[in-house]
Amino acid sequence: MRVPIVTFRLANGLFVTLSEDHTAPIVAVNLWYHVGSANERAGRTGFAHLFEHMLFQGSAHVGANEHFEIVQRAGGTLNGSTWLDRTNYFETVPSNQLAVALWLEADRMGQLLPAMTQQKLDTQRDVVKNERRWSVDNQPYGTWWERLPALSFPPEHPFHHSLIGSMEDLSEASLEDVAQFFATYYTPDNAVLSIAGDFDPAEARGMVERYFGGIPRGGGKPPLRPMEVPARFGEWRREVVEDVVMLPRLFLAFRAPVFGSDAHYVATVLAAILGTGKGSRFQHSLVRDREIASEASAFTFDLAKAADILIADVTARPGISATRLEAEVVREIDLLRTNGVTAEEVERAVALLETALVSALQSAGDRADKLSMFATYFGDPELVNEQTARYQRVTAAQVNALARDLLGEDNRATLLYVPAESQAETSADAEIGETAGAGR
Amino acid sequence: MSTSASSPARPRAGPPRDYRFPFFERVTLDNGLSVIVAPVHKLPIVSVALVADAGASSESPGADGVAQLTARALTEGTRRRNGDALGEQFERWGAAMGAAADWDAAVVAMTVLVPRLDEAMALFAEVVLEPVFPERELARLKAERLADLLQLQTEPRGLADEMFSRFVYRATSRYARPEHGSVASVQAIDRAVVERFYNARYQPAGSTLVLAGDVSVADGVELAQRLFGEWSGTTTAAEAVDDGPARTTRAVHIVRKEGAPQSEIRIGHVGLPRNHPDYFPALILNGLLGGLFSSRINLNLREVHAYTYGAHSSFEWRRGAGPFVVSTAVKSDVTAAAASEILIEIARIRADAVSEDELTLATSYLDGIFPIRYETTDSIARALAALAIYELPADYFDSYRANIRRVTAMDVLHAADRYLHPGRLQLVVVGDPSVIEAPLAALDAGPVSVHDAEGKAEQ
Repeated sequence: MRVPIVTFRLANGLFVTLSEDHTAPIVAVNLWYHVGSANERAGRTGFAHLFEHMLFQGSAHVGANEHFEIVQRAGGTLNGSTWLDRTNYFETVPSNQLAVALWLEADRMGQLLPAMTQQKLDTQRDVVKNERRWSVDNQPYGTWWERLPALSFPPEHPFHHSLIGSMEDLSEASLEDVAQFFATYYTPDNAVLSIAGDFDPAEARGMVERYFGGIPRGGGKPPLRPMEVPARFGEWRREVVEDVVMLPRLFLAFRAPVFGSDAHYVATVLAAILGTGKGSRFQHSLVRDREIASEASAFTFDLAKAADILIADVTARPGISATRLEAEVVREIDLLRTNGVTAEEVERAVALLETALVSALQSAGDRADKLSMFATYFGDPELVNEQTARYQRVTAAQVNALARDLLGEDNRATLLYVPAESQAETSADAEIGETAGAGR
Repeated sequence: MSTSASSPARPRAGPPRDYRFPFFERVTLDNGLSVIVAPVHKLPIVSVALVADAGASSESPGADGVAQLTARALTEGTRRRNGDALGEQFERWGAAMGAAADWDAAVVAMTVLVPRLDEAMALFAEVVLEPVFPERELARLKAERLADLLQLQTEPRGLADEMFSRFVYRATSRYARPEHGSVASVQAIDRAVVERFYNARYQPAGSTLVLAGDVSVADGVELAQRLFGEWSGTTTAAEAVDDGPARTTRAVHIVRKEGAPQSEIRIGHVGLPRNHPDYFPALILNGLLGGLFSSRINLNLREVHAYTYGAHSSFEWRRGAGPFVVSTAVKSDVTAAAASEILIEIARIRADAVSEDELTLATSYLDGIFPIRYETTDSIARALAALAIYELPADYFDSYRANIRRVTAMDVLHAADRYLHPGRLQLVVVGDPSVIEAPLAALDAGPVSVHDAEGKAEQ
């Protein structure tokens, strides 16, 4: 199966991808801005994400919160999200509402600032602080989201600092920051627009030109601070965190090849062999066979610049100590690295990845998002059609070579959560642990 | 707000294109198994769901958690293969496969690419028809459930949900207790209990097999007949679940979480069963009150007061009357203020009819997103599974949008008046009593009690 793709670029630099599918009368609109937390200046951690909130606060011809209301009234779904190196905005609407969706996105790309007020900024700042409390501060293990990148990238690196931001930095953000960030990064030449689903290509192109054509090109964005990092950490880093949790949980991270490279496809297969599905190493050995872990998975962050990280995420069974948990996970990693994987393990991992890809591409919103992603990172949305073949080309020999390169002791970062004193009574002793259960 | 002469005016929507929920056919095999096939030929993929009348509501007294344990253990071994071999085989075919039980049913679900459909379906049938429930795997699954329960003590969202159920339903109601069982009930389940539950609840009559995707009706029915045609046995319909309330007067229940930077709030009472005749008015009512981003409660708590990252309400639809609940997490020092705003919004939507304009916010949303809900074979299979579980009429999907559009502002007002009960609301808050207890008491919303993380009352 191939996703049909047409691309063009407006005079102001906006890159557009179109993908037709007339199965149902719905259409997805998806915008990627090539800016994320990596672009934040010192003292403004969390700003890229706070700014994303401001994009729902209206623009020259759209009232506060009206963006949400217009799309939902139109019978559509919508949201936005911020990541280390990009921010996206998207809606899926009935196909007769395509013009409305494009007009809304164009209005805020072209004329956001007239609608910005101090009161709106103050409100969204408090909303985001509550988002931080909800997802990080009042959630068991919630700080892993900021501790792991901090452990994996050096202090001055653009991927080092917290995406959600510190309370102090959020308090400092000003309307002037909003204006400056908007002028620098929210420009048509720093964005990709994708439309997927039920539309007429000529009509859609006309709408894009009409609504986005008049938005002026940007003045260029400042380069990111240096991104280059060595291929390996060069050491075994460790951080132990006492948290209000009941069970130890280990994040074991490895620096990995950048997203999009051939080696990254190999790394994704390696992660699936380790931690996706019942037949994965972790599930088979740690969860099912030896009952060390209650949950176990492995995945990549999919960073397209600098270097990616591959992460093993394993939670202990009651009665298994943090020390034992880490030793057992490391043992699995060492075993794989020493003895290698089989062709059958690769086949299993690739088959699962393939089904997941096809499943995701059924939805217009997912299709549009993938097109925007490949266009933003690599300038080539056609890469969406190469994914299956690239997974299928991965061999056991490649996985083994990568494992030897990346899973060694000179490329590990341990982030280990242990129950704080008051929670510690159940994680006492490894020896009695395996049959102890959670008898509380 | 400025206007700019150069910018294009806001466009109007064009004429909508017709949409119909995917065509499906339903046949009953001689053994009573209902088979639903929905051919969708967009991509070479098929989703399958076997629905058994084996949810938590059908558990015997004392066996809380057996429904989920049985469903999960189906994939842990058959007469011919152990759990590892099963998992490995499904995964080498790229089949995403799993089984779980909720209140009303157990669903074994699989999504697979068409070239692997035949062999994957044969193994799927083996899992459903020939499970052996190995002792060791049951012990492991039980231990995993106990680990989940342990984690819940420090996980405020899940804890708030569990405590809310406990304070809303009376002790004799299955709904008062955790869907997947408590420490004591799970520990007490042995292999004989699981087998008995399987034999009683997994039967062809009362079960439905759904296939949605790149498969014809003829092929789907043939596959069902070949793999499930010999399945035999009879089932008895599950008894109606006791869905009575714990109390009929308002009360505040604090669950202690020392030092919490936020309070997890749940406010609600016993709601309505899925087959209620006023299902559609209740849906619209909820959308306007707290279901949509632009709903009254979310706009009030998030966009006006900035108390929270988000607030929403829902009727949880089950065969019995599931709860109506407003959920949010707010900064600790505004807990009482946020609770007060929620009470005000519930009172306000019962006092006056919503305007036509506000009404259409919810009706046009639910009408419009209908086709967006059914983009994937998995979502179509799950919708058809719900059709079977709740015995919805065959034209349910085809009449859905008209039923939404038919709801009036007066219908919403009547639903608010009849199905929201301010005097019966239970306010459940997981948070730090030293910060929130006094302000909540001052709210005068009912007697305030404080509990530990296991729900035991303090003092």
